Amino acid sequence: MSRTINLTLKVWRQPDYRSQGRFETIEAKDINVDMSFLEMLDVVNENLQLQGKDPIAFDHDCREGICGMCGAVVNGRAHGPLKGTTLCQLHMRHFRDGDLVVIEPFRSKAFPVIKDLVVDRSAFDEIIIAGGYISVNAGSAPEANSIPVPPQNADLAMDAAQCIGCGACVAQCPNGSAMLFVGAKVSHLALLPQGRPEAARRVLGMTKRMKELGFGNCGNERECEAVCPKQISISHIARLNREFFKASFISREV
Amino acid sequence: MPFTSNIPSGPLEQKWTRYISEIKLVSPANKRKFQVIVVGTGLAGASASATLGELGYNVKTFCIQDSPRRAHSIAAQGGINAAKNYQGDGDSIWRLFYDTIKGGDFRAREANVYRLAELSVKIIDHCVAQGVPFAREYGGLLANRSFGGALVSRTFYARGQTGQQLLLGAYSSMLRQVRAGKVKLFPRREILDIVIIDGAARGVIARNLVTGELEAHSAHAVILATGGYGNIYFLSTNGMNSNVSAAFRAYKRGAYFANPCFVQIHPTCIPVSGHYQSKLTLMSESLRNDGRVWVPKDPKDKRAPQDIPERDRDYFLERLYPSYGNLVPRDVASRATKLICDQGRGVGPTGYAVYLDLSDAIKRDGKEVIEKKYGNLFEMYEKITGVSPYESPMMIYPAVHYVMGGLWVDYNLMTTIDGLFALGEANFSDHGANRLGASALMQGLADGYFVIPYTLGQYFASHFFPEVTESQKPFEDAKKQVSEFIQRLISIRGKRTVSDFHKNLGSIMWEYAGMERNDQGLQKAREMIKNLREEFWQDLFIPGSVSEFNQTLSKAIRVSDYLEFADLIVEDALNRRESCGCHFNVAFQTPEHEPKRDDENCAYVAAWEYQGIDKPPILHKEPLLFENVKLGIRSYK
Repeated sequence: MSRTINLTLKVWRQPDYRSQGRFETIEAKDINVDMSFLEMLDVVNENLQLQGKDPIAFDHDCREGICGMCGAVVNGRAHGPLKGTTLCQLHMRHFRDGDLVVIEPFRSKAFPVIKDLVVDRSAFDEIIIAGGYISVNAGSAPEANSIPVPPQNADLAMDAAQCIGCGACVAQCPNGSAMLFVGAKVSHLALLPQGRPEAARRVLGMTKRMKELGFGNCGNERECEAVCPKQISISHIARLNREFFKASFISREV
Repeated sequence: MPFTSNIPSGPLEQKWTRYISEIKLVSPANKRKFQVIVVGTGLAGASASATLGELGYNVKTFCIQDSPRRAHSIAAQGGINAAKNYQGDGDSIWRLFYDTIKGGDFRAREANVYRLAELSVKIIDHCVAQGVPFAREYGGLLANRSFGGALVSRTFYARGQTGQQLLLGAYSSMLRQVRAGKVKLFPRREILDIVIIDGAARGVIARNLVTGELEAHSAHAVILATGGYGNIYFLSTNGMNSNVSAAFRAYKRGAYFANPCFVQIHPTCIPVSGHYQSKLTLMSESLRNDGRVWVPKDPKDKRAPQDIPERDRDYFLERLYPSYGNLVPRDVASRATKLICDQGRGVGPTGYAVYLDLSDAIKRDGKEVIEKKYGNLFEMYEKITGVSPYESPMMIYPAVHYVMGGLWVDYNLMTTIDGLFALGEANFSDHGANRLGASALMQGLADGYFVIPYTLGQYFASHFFPEVTESQKPFEDAKKQVSEFIQRLISIRGKRTVSDFHKNLGSIMWEYAGMERNDQGLQKAREMIKNLREEFWQDLFIPGSVSEFNQTLSKAIRVSDYLEFADLIVEDALNRRESCGCHFNVAFQTPEHEPKRDDENCAYVAAWEYQGIDKPPILHKEPLLFENVKLGIRSYK
């Protein structure tokens, strides 16, 4: 039989965007250590409902660490204590009996709270709309193998392309910067020959939109990299900066 | 609406090319006068929205998640098939077509499947051009791997995250059209009704999941790309929000529902560990390329797996199916696994698991090579179970993964309601009674990028559209109906939670309408579902109110639809007097425990027409004609 533990949760409760939020203390009893963090919240929510209370609202979907929908700041760290792990893949065996667990939403000026732990991250979509794509219409593409890509570039591009758009980087950054998110997309496409024709337009468009949406600038704190569930390296921010300067100095797109 | 598949005449190889050159076209100036609604932003929905926007149509796109990038296609791991024959191992469009037809146990339409195989090559071209970082060889060209049900390497992949990369490609193309002003996004919306005017789909009623408001949206056509209904089993590999509501409500409005009992149980998932579990996690089928599935020969052997020598292991897939071995199709592998465990030979704390062992491959290729191919899957396994697959074999067990059944569509992907189309997993058309690995991504993208842009144009060019506004009576009526339904649901004020009912329904479905079915069990399930539905409407408790972000209410709406839809799965399973692919009725099996088809009487698509709650639906049969392939016994031995 699996081990069980008891925890005290301090959870952020906020009915909607306009209302004031506050912490609520909830006891989580007999938590099986093989549960995921979200399954622990499921159990807590079942109990709250049986008592006629409002369950804790939290976003989630795939529960496999790939959709990027879940996320909360757990004991001060986005997605909790385990490196390279989304909240849904964090299991309770990493907590000890009697632990106090503080759970807050991803906070940022650009991510308004919808309810409890649920935030609005549509600002990320806005940034992609500003240029995070390659302009190609369906049906017009050349034969796939007519564009060879050195595997080391394809690999690096894939490292960046793994970003799940969860927003942990923004939540952890003291400046609320989205540079890791933008860097990952710019870098992914800049590393591929298909992405070069629009590289300048892309980086200028995306960074401009990023600023307009209220995201801060990078202060080299490296907090984003530390909490990124896909462990995306800040070297992609360096590539973003390089692309940005290149575009600003030599492109006609400015 | 006449019930006909509208398959173009002529030889199989020329049907689609000829269709394209003969359809009516919409002029560029007129395209901008048409409004299209796309529901869902997975591979099918996002690719359709992007392409229709590129063509100049106005598109309104809806999704249930906070961002369209999160649709459950994102979780597909292994890869996407295409008949490129880059490996020179004898692949061709014909062979992909044949493998898919055979893999589906000869219960799919030849013409649709051939078109799919034909379009597969264009998908890869398009995705590479979008910047999808597929795996590559040292020379910079694309790499392939093999998958279940095939003897060639035709699967393209991006590590174990192929679905994610393809979806982000489609999503970015769609967002490019948002910038161009052609696509408008409506995230966090659930579609709760299809509005039909003069016999044609002209709009939807959407529920805003943040405010609870009901919204009416009109259009000239509605496209459902809403995925599958695997979550009816409670535990599945589907995303937690995936649901049948939009498709089921279309069915209630008159769209026929086809082959609902064809549900695929995937052989390699992480086994259930406790009652609190909310969903199951898939371990990609690609692992069966290098992994070997086994149990100890002696069921009482309690040694750690790494201490059990070769001679004491039973590699049962290799033993039972020597020519395909560990790469047999999913339904075959799942049933073999279940059989072994039912015989008491399973492993792990519950006895409902078998080993999937990559240690031979690690010895052969080195840890580095294996890590490159499957690193992220191994990591995921370790996070969930706390055991490293590099040191000890993984434990796996089958779980509900995909549904081949869906809304009935003709060759144009149009349902039996004019102007209502269904794409991707939401339709029934291409996978017969069993889908091969790496074919779901292919179908979703083929439907969205390369089929609907043509067939929708043909529909627009050949129909007259009376003016419709959202303040018209049919919209008001539909909105009122939905609103009353939600009021009724929240006013029950009983004692049981919605998850409790969902779990209950799931266990009935898994027990009696799962991997193995029999008439007695199915009839029992019918009674149990009816009782559960009655209890649900008497004893459900939903906290909070209608007009707020209320996740419990949203879930209750979905479960209420599942409780009705479950009847249809049972009805369909009882009706099919044979076993085929994933539908295994114990009364119809060969002495070797393989499904026994009845081609003379059962080579048809079962399309069901709704008649009202608690009234049996009417069955319509679309005969399946095989003019190009010979119906053979589906042997992988």
